Order: sequence, then structure tokens, then C-alpha cells
Amino acid sequence: MKKVIMGNHALSWGAQLGRAQVIAAYPITPQTQVVELLSEMCANKTLDAKFIKVESEHSAMAACIAASIAGARTFTATSAQGLALMHELLHWASGGRNPVVMGNINRAMAPGWSIWTDQNDSLSQRDTGWIQFYCSSNQEVVDTVIQAFRVSEAVMIPSMVILDAFALSHTYEVVDIPDQEKVDAFLPRFNPPIRLTPSAPHAFGGLTSPEHYFELRYKLQKDMEKVPDLVEKTGREYEKIFGRYLGQVEDYRCEDAELIFVTSGTAGYTARVGVDQLRQEGVKAGNLRIKMFRPFPFAKVREVLTKAGKVAVVDRNISYGHHGMFYQEVKSALYGQDHSLPIFGYITGLGGRDITPETYKEIAQLTLAKDKPEEDITWIGVKR
Amino acid sequence: MKPKKKVEKIVFVSEKDVPLMPMSLGSMLYNKTGSWRNIRPEIDLAGCIQCGICWKFCPDISIEIENEFPVVNYDYCKGCGICAEECPTKCIAMVEERK
Repeated sequence: MKKVIMGNHALSWGAQLGRAQVIAAYPITPQTQVVELLSEMCANKTLDAKFIKVESEHSAMAACIAASIAGARTFTATSAQGLALMHELLHWASGGRNPVVMGNINRAMAPGWSIWTDQNDSLSQRDTGWIQFYCSSNQEVVDTVIQAFRVSEAVMIPSMVILDAFALSHTYEVVDIPDQEKVDAFLPRFNPPIRLTPSAPHAFGGLTSPEHYFELRYKLQKDMEKVPDLVEKTGREYEKIFGRYLGQVEDYRCEDAELIFVTSGTAGYTARVGVDQLRQEGVKAGNLRIKMFRPFPFAKVREVLTKAGKVAVVDRNISYGHHGMFYQEVKSALYGQDHSLPIFGYITGLGGRDITPETYKEIAQLTLAKDKPEEDITWIGVKR
Repeated sequence: MKPKKKVEKIVFVSEKDVPLMPMSLGSMLYNKTGSWRNIRPEIDLAGCIQCGICWKFCPDISIEIENEFPVVNYDYCKGCGICAEECPTKCIAMVEERK
């Protein structure tokens, strides 16, 4: 069934098709419609879930964690300040191995108060032990939520499904809504190895001495390392049923590229248009869109980028006092490899400033003009 | 007070034995938090109406009901005083610990 839906509703549809059993969420612009539609779905009984109204995002995540421990498939959604308020509980979800799936709408952090997109909210949470998927179309949002439940529950690690404020959250696109029966076959009921139940009482999250804490973290990392292969496998299985492949990265015209952009989110979709236009002008450009940021797809990034002449990483975020965060990650992925690939770092589009095909043309021009980067941050579009 | 099981510290020798989730590692039993206490609840059973409010409110599960009356488990009671505060007949006194 094809429907024209907004990005936020794509999250709600993903949660409904995935048969989330408990939803606890607090509305925040630009995420509000996710929660609105989910509450309607619960009221109309198209989604058989308990909808818990809470007084804050901190409580929303706490409710999801508790429900997940009890063995329920849980979903929530938030954005920016709400995600930041959840921060403590994000560690509880991953450390407690509760496979909550959460939508996050990328919105710039205040102050100055902003509702427009950039990635600093979710990237500030990169070390909380959550899997992170960045989407560039509403179709990808629906497909990613369904697969995120599968992947998360297989390794008992929570997932964040991330989309840009307005550029995707409020943009209407045609989405092929998967058949419920087929989704049910792909995604069976959540059946955790351990759950909180009166017949087998346990104390969860209690004091853990240096005797065992280290091992708990070792196990979390080891299971995180299984995720790249799992995402490949799950993606191929999904492709067989639904005809669409998700995977860790999307490489576009990278085969013979003298310049490869590294991008994410909707800016990664725009990059494809930029690549096409550059190719018409005789520049062999390509685009590597990172779909999964945590765990970082080291192998895929190395595989694609080592074919490039030059790499331009386009960050819609910044780690103050360091560089763009994707730039850091790409450099770390390529360190010690048997080549000396020039990697350029660009920061653009903060706080919802538009990223257009022209942005990529400017970046291409700057990158091709130099043999190697002279600075780690080149700002694109700052009024000077 | 009923005889208690001897509490032994759980120590796993391999990460493979450590549960996936941080759960039931026994720390709540061997970590006897009673030593934190500065004031101790003392229940005057003559005034007790057996309402169970102290048992219900204790955040550390340190009040047990034995023969229908409350008994404080001083191994774990931290002396927070919630039981004394909530007791409707005020038959629980918080008394200074002399260590």
C-alpha cells in the first residue's frame, strides 16, 4: 500500500508495523506528530499498545526501560533538548541491555533557541551505547524502524532512528507501507532471554562492584561489534521480502570517483544531486552516505573510500574544540591503512541553514584546488 | 527474626558467566548497608496496630512482618526514618546509634 506521509508519521508507521507494545513519549517540536499519530493508533486500536503519558523525556525513557525489562517491545521518540534530558537514561537503556527503539528528530541545541535541523543533539549521545541510524527519506524511516527492532532485540542494545527536522520530519513523500503479515513474519514477537516477571524475580541494575562492572561493559562492546554484520544480514533478508536494502552505508557513483563526499541524513540525499551535476560538468564525484553511525561501519567506509582520490567529509555538526564528528570518525577509520588519502573536513548547515547541490559544488571546487587539507575545518556558508 | 541464609559474595571467574544484564549479582545482600546508620528505628510493639505502613514504606525492604508484627532488619536499615515518620500511632522512635 502506497501512502503520502510525512517523516514523523513514517516513524509512527514503523512503530505500528513493528507492533510496539509500550509507547511512552513526550511531545516536542519537531517530533510532535510522531506521538500524535501513535496516540491515535492506540486509541483506534490499529496498534495494540499501552500508551503512557509522562511528564518529561527522562520519564519517557524510564518507562520504556521498565517496560522493556518486563519483556515488552517499546518505542519512543524525541528531539534535541528532550534527548539531552534523557541522557542519563540512555546509559541505563544500553547498560541494562534494553532494546528500546527511539526516533530522534535532529534539531539544533539551544541556545539560541532553534527548532531547525543539525546533528549535535544525537551526536552528543554517540558514546551512550546506542545504535544510531541516520535516514534520508521517509521510506527509509519506516524500513529502518522495523529493522531496528530486529537488530536491537538480537543483540539487546537500543537503537536510535534519526531524521532531520523539517527537511524530513515535516516533508511528505510517497512511502510503500509494508504488509503487516510480511512484517510479522520478518519480525516475530519480542522474546527476551531474561525478563522481569513475578515467577522469576530479579533485582535489575543494582550496585555492581569492580568485580563485574568491567565484564558487563566488555560484553556490551562485544555485542556492539556484532551489529555491522547483523545489519547486513538483516538488510538482505528484508530486501528479499520487501525489495529494499538498508545496510550500513549507501555509496553512489563512487567506483571511479576522484572525489567522494561523506555525508549523512537528508544532506546525503542532496549530495547525490550535487554529484550528478558535478559529473555533468566533468568532475568525477561520488557520495558515501553513512546510514549507521554507531557502531561505526569501519569496513564499509574503508572499502569505499580507499578507491577515492580525495575525500570531503561534510558535517552538519561540530565537536567544539575538535572538528566535525563524521570527519573525526572517517579519519580514525582510515588511520593506519596503506595509503595517504587526503581527507578534507567541511562544516555547514548548522541550525537548519540549507545544504543545497550548490554547497557540494563549492566543496568540490575547494577540495580539488588543493593537494591536501590546510586546516581541519573549512566553514561553508558562514557570513563573513 | 527468622534464621537467615548465609550471604556469600557472588564472584564470577569468567565474563561468560556474568549475566547479560546487570542483575541479581547479589550485591544487595552482601552489601550490608546497616553500617551507614546514625539513628535506628525502635518499634514499641505495645503501640503497634499492625497496619503494615512501615513495611510498605521502607525503601530498603528492611522491615519484615513476623508473627503479624513488624521487625526491623538492622543488617540493611540505613536509618532513613521514613517508617517513624509514616507510622500513624508514632510507636517507632528514631534513637541515636552508639557505636
